[in-house]
Amino acid sequence: MINKNGTLPDLPPPSTNIGVIGWLRNNLFPSPLNTLLTFFAIYIIYLVIVPTVDWAFLNSNWVGESRDACTGGGACWVFISARFDLFMYGFYPESEYWRINLAFAILVLLLVLLNIRQVPQRGWLAAFTLICYPVITFYLFSGGVFGLDPVDTSKWGGLSLTLILSGVGIVASLPLGVILALGRNSQMPIVKAASIVFIEFWRGVPLITVLFMSSVMLPLFLPEGTSFDKLLRAMIGIVLFESAYMAEVVRGGLAAIPRGQYEAAKALGLNYWKSMALIILPQALKLVIPGIVNTFIALFKDTTLVLIIGLFDLLTTIEAGFKDSHWLGYALEGYVFAALVYWIFCFSMSRYSQHLERKLSTGHAR
Amino acid sequence: MKKIFAFTSAVALLTSISATAFAGATLEAVKKKGFIQCGVNTGVPGFAGTDDKGTWRGIDVDVCRAAAAAVFGDASKVQYTPLTAKERFTALQSGEIDILSRNTTWTLTRDTSLGLNFAGVNYYDGQGFMVKKSLGVNSAKELDGASFCIQAGTTTELNLTDYFRSNNMAYTPITFDTSPETAAAFDAGRCDALTSDQSQLYALRIQLKDPEGAVVLPEIISKEPLGPVVRQGDDEWFNIVRWSLYAMVNAEELGVTSENVDQMAASSKDPNILRLLGQEGIKGKGMGLEDNWAVNIIKQVGNYGEIFERNVGQGSPLKIARGINQLWNKGGIQYAPPIR
Repeated sequence: MINKNGTLPDLPPPSTNIGVIGWLRNNLFPSPLNTLLTFFAIYIIYLVIVPTVDWAFLNSNWVGESRDACTGGGACWVFISARFDLFMYGFYPESEYWRINLAFAILVLLLVLLNIRQVPQRGWLAAFTLICYPVITFYLFSGGVFGLDPVDTSKWGGLSLTLILSGVGIVASLPLGVILALGRNSQMPIVKAASIVFIEFWRGVPLITVLFMSSVMLPLFLPEGTSFDKLLRAMIGIVLFESAYMAEVVRGGLAAIPRGQYEAAKALGLNYWKSMALIILPQALKLVIPGIVNTFIALFKDTTLVLIIGLFDLLTTIEAGFKDSHWLGYALEGYVFAALVYWIFCFSMSRYSQHLERKLSTGHAR
Repeated sequence: MKKIFAFTSAVALLTSISATAFAGATLEAVKKKGFIQCGVNTGVPGFAGTDDKGTWRGIDVDVCRAAAAAVFGDASKVQYTPLTAKERFTALQSGEIDILSRNTTWTLTRDTSLGLNFAGVNYYDGQGFMVKKSLGVNSAKELDGASFCIQAGTTTELNLTDYFRSNNMAYTPITFDTSPETAAAFDAGRCDALTSDQSQLYALRIQLKDPEGAVVLPEIISKEPLGPVVRQGDDEWFNIVRWSLYAMVNAEELGVTSENVDQMAASSKDPNILRLLGQEGIKGKGMGLEDNWAVNIIKQVGNYGEIFERNVGQGSPLKIARGINQLWNKGGIQYAPPIR
């Protein structure tokens, strides 16, 4: 076989240079040193993976009722399954679990609808999610209306409490943060000073102090006999604290908007609120989505600090679980489960933020 | 630590002024709301914790259940507030809870400067020793020259030093930063003995690779009397909590159990039992309770021996020996004044 111009045709590259073997040669074994390092890394992975898989899967126990079922010598996931309801719902009465399930089912439905482009009136749907949905959830959780049995907040717990705390923190801290950020950029001296004092005060104290004060000091200042719900106190503390952080994130976005945009808004004859709502904030918030989501993720994990005021969030419920004398010694299983749950939520938030960034990147792509 | 203490004292001083306002009010308030608000630990094996269904159980929890049985005739009329160590006294001072039953050590400072009163002792704890069985030691006195895994900078370390010095014995300390590290080192065989509060030792023992291979020695070298606390200034409520506890101890002494209490009340000839069970004598009047208050406690919660064995003793995974928590006439120090 000779080509028309008399040259021999190109031979395919040697089989050792392409495909899997080629990739291995080029990337893992290109030189003696790299070969050595590859084998070393494989050895390290082997050392870590094998016992982990052994512990978590091969030698583990999955079914049973009590620690008697833990015979494998590895992880005993029976601890998680036996207490699963407690981890999810806390002390909420079992007959009322459907209320919590319903509240989260509605949330999932709303979030799905909000992400389908074909759904009409998505603006109203978003407003409903942000304003009406929290009210519905509140009444579903606490009851006392429409024939629902009242359930005291001291009975709320587990993952549902974690989600409530972080949900309230997220929904309330963003608008508060925006207002504070605008206040800090304001021309009015009193508004500006008040915003600065608020932000710097709340950023300057650790969250653990805020929670501790809300739980330990506040009741002493209130008149005798008035008991102010512990959960509500913690929530207010978290919202105020997070809004200060949010304000600084948003201020970062405001500072990134070129002066020309402000001037253009003025030139169009828009007043302050209109220029902010229509021109500046949409651009500023879009710029700082990673920062906002970062704060949300931090907030989600920070809710575990309610541990120190005796609120039974997911982590506290799990810790209380392996302090029960019937489950002593299963701390590792508990912490692995907690880590997995927190990771799922934080990772979802981070993926959603990336999705939002892509969706909203209009005209800035380079 | 000192700072926190000074701070709590200052707070206590502020609140002790208002504490007197509570006189006689607690029982009334409790009856009005229909349950007792009980401050418990967020989780200590055998003392307070929730079972798989979310029900609170433990020897501290049972103190509150006993008070509820005395007041309402129904031990389930208790609401629990899980508290951390730092917020426990404030929760009581501020009126958020009615009884603090959270493995709290009775000390002079706490009893006198916080505006609180200790109503009794439901568990005598104290620092003890755990050794490997293979060491062949039966008493702490035989530990001369042993090596100890201890947590650095704790009172535990101080007590150990004092004990060995006063007994003219030597020991080798191996110090660690945290309690889990210390226990892990003991498990790995890096030391002969582990020292901590005795109730903690039993909980640590379950978590060893071979729990049967370790034994807790009988000696206790420090005093940690744990008991329920109420606000100072409300003697009526204080009496109810104190005598609920005493009723359980008296019941054990007199052989009244949750099973035989009805039969005892109907047919016993012992005047002490009849007085305890409200069949004769002063009954519940002095406390503002029903005559059968003690019957309700014993029937629904049990006598002291029963709650001990069920929560921390042989009936529980902890298997703590009665030791000094045995009744006074059986070699222990649990003693209740007579009901007459």
